[in-house]
Amino acid sequence: MDLPFTKHTLDNGLEVLVHEDHHVPVVGVNVWYHVGSKNERQSRTGFAHLFEHLMFEGSEHHNTGYFPPLQQAGAILNGSTNADRTNYWEVVPTSALELALWMESDRMGYLLPALTPARFENQRDVVLNERRQNYENRPYGLAVMAVVAALYPPAHPYHWLTIGAADDIRAMQFEDVQAFFRTYYHPANASLALAGDIDTTAALRLAEKYFSEIPPGPRPEPPNAEASIGREIRLVLEDRVEMPRLYMGWHSPAMFAGGDAEMDLLSDLLANGKASRLYRTLVYERRIALDVSASQGSRELGSFFLLVATAAPGKHLADIAVAIDQEMQRVIEEGPTKSEMERGEAQAEAQFLYRLQTVGGFGGKSDQLNAYNVFRGDPGYFSRDLARYQQATPESLRAAARRWLRFDQRVALSVVPRGQTASALAGSEPVSVS
Amino acid sequence: MIRADRSRLPEVGPDPPFRFPAIVRHVLPNGLQVRTLEHHNVPVVTFVLQVWGGAGADPADRHGLCALTADMLDEGTGTLSAIDVSEALAQIGAEFDIDVAPDAVSVTLTTLTRFADRGATLLASMATRPSMHAEDFERLRQLRVNRLQQLRDVPQAVAERAFLRLLYGDHPYGHLSIGNESSLRAMTLDDVRHFHSRSFRPSGATLVVVGAMSHEELRAVAERAFGAWQEPTDAVERTGIASEIDAPLVPEARLAVVPRDGAQQSELRIGHLSTRRDTPDYAALLVLNAVLGGQFVSRVNLKLREEKGYTYGARTGFDWRRGVAPFVLQTSVHTAVTADAIQDAVDEILSIRGTRPAGGREMMLAKATLTRGYSRNFETSQQVARSVAQLVLYDLPDSYFEEFVPRVEAVDADEVTRVAARYLDPPRLVTLIVGDHQAIAASLRSLPFGEPLVIAA
Repeated sequence: MDLPFTKHTLDNGLEVLVHEDHHVPVVGVNVWYHVGSKNERQSRTGFAHLFEHLMFEGSEHHNTGYFPPLQQAGAILNGSTNADRTNYWEVVPTSALELALWMESDRMGYLLPALTPARFENQRDVVLNERRQNYENRPYGLAVMAVVAALYPPAHPYHWLTIGAADDIRAMQFEDVQAFFRTYYHPANASLALAGDIDTTAALRLAEKYFSEIPPGPRPEPPNAEASIGREIRLVLEDRVEMPRLYMGWHSPAMFAGGDAEMDLLSDLLANGKASRLYRTLVYERRIALDVSASQGSRELGSFFLLVATAAPGKHLADIAVAIDQEMQRVIEEGPTKSEMERGEAQAEAQFLYRLQTVGGFGGKSDQLNAYNVFRGDPGYFSRDLARYQQATPESLRAAARRWLRFDQRVALSVVPRGQTASALAGSEPVSVS
Repeated sequence: MIRADRSRLPEVGPDPPFRFPAIVRHVLPNGLQVRTLEHHNVPVVTFVLQVWGGAGADPADRHGLCALTADMLDEGTGTLSAIDVSEALAQIGAEFDIDVAPDAVSVTLTTLTRFADRGATLLASMATRPSMHAEDFERLRQLRVNRLQQLRDVPQAVAERAFLRLLYGDHPYGHLSIGNESSLRAMTLDDVRHFHSRSFRPSGATLVVVGAMSHEELRAVAERAFGAWQEPTDAVERTGIASEIDAPLVPEARLAVVPRDGAQQSELRIGHLSTRRDTPDYAALLVLNAVLGGQFVSRVNLKLREEKGYTYGARTGFDWRRGVAPFVLQTSVHTAVTADAIQDAVDEILSIRGTRPAGGREMMLAKATLTRGYSRNFETSQQVARSVAQLVLYDLPDSYFEEFVPRVEAVDADEVTRVAARYLDPPRLVTLIVGDHQAIAASLRSLPFGEPLVIAA
């Protein structure tokens, strides 16, 4: 299984990746900027994401909304920001490839002349609404904010979520936009991937035509920060919810580092799907939880492993925590079973194959090429990425669990209905997030 | 080197021609309709088994029965327990999903082509011979009751439920597929068994198979897995079908509030019942919706998000079904601007009916968003299989997808104004707010809807 490509670096440093797939007459156009909320500073959070919004408001030579000309050509488009990167994409009919490159290059090279304080103010309101809708007004919506705030010290760039703090968003200044753009939005800090119904030579020529005139900036210094917690931190957060829910967070290996794939496999083995150990114990057999899930949140500076379980009515988070610890202990002592390993391998193979079905959009082939290029410096990492999963062994999973999932080095957050702090784990400190 | 010309946008050529893959129809000896499509992109195969019924077939005192029945399918079959089923799916890397819609249930399984037979056999076994053990039934019912409790805190879910009820009243479409607490508690395992035997039978089912194999191979896989499925001997009575029951035309209230104290945002639904999926005006309604609120660049989002900054997003849509479907505008706005946002939204619905009809540029844009790049909707085997299942659900011809683009292109501005005037009916608009009632009560009096009906969450 493979994701073949051609890579060419323009003189200004822009890396261009092309993958041909003539199955359907469309092209995925995908641009990554290597900037995310981890490039922000304490008390100035939420900026990278707000900036992403401004990229859709017009640029010098198309000084009005970004959507209409592309949608008129049959494109779908979107963008997203996380801690480590910001991506933008269009999926266009093959005949509209040149238009998409014109538009992407214009906002890469000529955004600032089109930006006005009014556009900035308006998008700040939109982002505050996004925050209310997706975090403040959503049950358990602030929980992960509290977990990362406890896992990482205040100056660490993963201390805050990408959406940022509401006060920081309100305090943003229009002047900051220009400096941010000049630092991070230029060819030497970007990667362009084109996948789909295109000819490689022609695609590279078009990329050259539209992007080579944009001057490069200095490659930003990658942020660097360490974090560890030497104890179990127990917290309680009151929220507008019906059932108490337990969040457990651990530091875990950085994206693509040794143990990262193992932690991902462990998340499935422990808590994803009915056959997983914790689902079976907590939800199916003992019925003390309504649901349970886990994830390895892989990130550049260091990842975090998150386990979440909601208490069934009348059941206690304390019992859930004991049951979780017992299953963890079993994995650490005995490792996974043969059938768990087979399952993990089959699922990895299938998931990687499914990922080859779409050329564009979030998670499509163009997005994957950029991810491997930006995070690994190797767009061809697809098959080696899969190999990480195929080469995992019962012993490597056991070792990862033993090394990272320690009971005395984690954050245990109880989210409880308002006024019911007594249903939190014993010894939990109240925490407030807004 | 060629320099970019930034004085104008590049020309966009015509769309490449779009061909939908050939649909081959087969009927198995037991009466099961099978549709096969070859899809040679990636070695993957998708099965969609679709049966009639859906949440609209729930008996009046058993809301949630269809969804609970569907949920029981992967809870054990033959010698496999619920856990075994989940393991078996994982061993073939399967993606598995059950969708309970108003008029049908579809069960979708995607796996690698080399596991095609295993996947099909597992799907057939789950769908046609689920174990239906009492202890699994009790466990799932309890999980659903608990889920309902949790949904009381999710503004979107609260709005969905209350709005369906406001629009449809006692009509079979007037409830969420999950049902309600009392109906779930009243349900018995016999209800589930009975519902299953009525709904899941070869004569009322269609199996769509899409994958990187020949039609003959795909058909053979289907036959090996589903050939032994037998039609029950009892006939199914053709009564009480949701799509054939008249829905209420006049709403119970124009304005309703579900109080949510201290809510930072108001979740809004504005709409009324409109028409059926098989309306001859379908294409014109799609264009109307694209101009009004179906896209990021549509009027409603431009007004509420981009001009006013009231919301993260606002959109309109028809929630199509075989019977009469709702037209709905939905958004979530900052509490302080609730009444203003409602007024702006209603104004947009009003004006497109005549005072500000769809303009030339808007028409061009709306039609382009619906037609250009249409082929991207059919990249994966799952997209193709689900699309074909829709043809079956709505009695559409196999040529439908290839006729779609010319049909939409033929719609003109006059037709959009005509269908707007006909299907958008301002005096019947119902507005529902899930939000901080105390904070917004005074401002709501500025709206011409009278005192709000207050509904408990």
